[in-house]
Amino acid sequence: MKTARVIPCLDVTAGRVVKGTNFVDLRDAGDPVELAARYDLEGADELVFLDITASSDNRQTTVEMVRSVAEQVYIPFTVGGGIRTLEDARTMLQAGADKVSVNTAAVERPQLISEISAVFGNQCVVCAVDAKRRTDNLEDGWEVYLHGGRTPTGIDVVEWATRAVESGAGELLLTSMDRDGTREGFDIELTQTIANAVNVPVIASGGVGTLNHLADGVQRGGADAVLAASIFHFGEFTVAEAKTVMADAGIAVRPA
Amino acid sequence: MTDERAPLIAVLDYGIGNLHSAQKALEKGGADARLTRDTGLIADAAGVVLPGVGAFGACMDALRSAGLEEPACDAVASGRPFLGICVGMQMLFTASHENPAVAGLDVIPGIVTWIPPGPKIPQMQWNRLDIMMPDDPMLKGLGDDAWLYFVHSLHGVPNDPSVVAATIEYGTTLNAAFRLDNVFAAQFHPEKSSRPGLAILANFVQNCTGARESR
Repeated sequence: MKTARVIPCLDVTAGRVVKGTNFVDLRDAGDPVELAARYDLEGADELVFLDITASSDNRQTTVEMVRSVAEQVYIPFTVGGGIRTLEDARTMLQAGADKVSVNTAAVERPQLISEISAVFGNQCVVCAVDAKRRTDNLEDGWEVYLHGGRTPTGIDVVEWATRAVESGAGELLLTSMDRDGTREGFDIELTQTIANAVNVPVIASGGVGTLNHLADGVQRGGADAVLAASIFHFGEFTVAEAKTVMADAGIAVRPA
Repeated sequence: MTDERAPLIAVLDYGIGNLHSAQKALEKGGADARLTRDTGLIADAAGVVLPGVGAFGACMDALRSAGLEEPACDAVASGRPFLGICVGMQMLFTASHENPAVAGLDVIPGIVTWIPPGPKIPQMQWNRLDIMMPDDPMLKGLGDDAWLYFVHSLHGVPNDPSVVAATIEYGTTLNAAFRLDNVFAAQFHPEKSSRPGLAILANFVQNCTGARESR
């Protein structure tokens, strides 16, 4: 059966998880392996590690982190942040990541997507798209932003999403920059528009404040997977609770 | 340090992607698992694993370039436990619609065909096995917890339907696992499937231990 995936997202720098987590019985809330193992136990379907490391000195520690997670936690995971070349992708995939997520570098040079997918297959290329609604005229849709929502590109989100998939992206990680951090729920219209425009799985992201928001992303937005960070990290909700709410709403999920 | 009793399992390393998870998961199951293309080691191993990821044709080409086609077929013929995973499973078939010009290993006579149109392709999610062979040593102990992780666009259709060990529902019924004598072949990734996947790999290690002791 078709099942919706629940994906916690973890920010890491220098091989450590940075956004504080609030699991009471963790020995070390910054240890990616311990956190990943906890999310696995709670029934997380996949994990995303977002490398927010600025300096290249620290990237080697991220590679070592990827290797440790792959050797000790047996669920699929994606690594994103700073993947600028085929070699960057190769390093992460060979260290044990199942997928890499590309964003800025792919907008600047879309061949990056086809280069990675030609060697490793579409299934391991996730294209992260940060979208912001055009404010001058709501009919105008959404615009692609870079650098965490700071840099507008002028590129239409539907156009870019379609092109990324044609280039070989096997999945889209779609974040509403308008909703990110607001806890008001996903931008349903954005999610639905993109889910209808492409034939690959769409992961909805940005704005989750309640567990019903996750169910909405799937049922109203048509997302194949839902991603959230803070509601899980701060111990507000467990992944298992998320799945219970989704199942009660009539969504097929893998039981925790 | 290697445990004297840990069976040696050869994970065929022919240069496609990352195999650390498979190796570590087998070690967790009690094996002395080695990533190798050493034909001597493969011949000595108590069991052999054929992984695979990406395209069928690229994997077959890489297997042949690495000189591992014959060692793989010898391992199958030897009667030792043999496990094919994902595209490694597909390579055991006669051919694949993904790359029709490339011959498979023809261990499981049949064709790998595209998932029929309907749901999103690739299937990239967890799915629950409907088990046809509950007594198979690879599937024992799974019960209702048989949720496994899948990433694939094609599935195997054997000439003899009685070799299908498990199926899944994805738009239609797809074949998810096969058993032919000493060969078990899985479309899913046990090394990425949390507890149920680790249980299947531990079962494989057990089979290897049993096979070695009976030699």
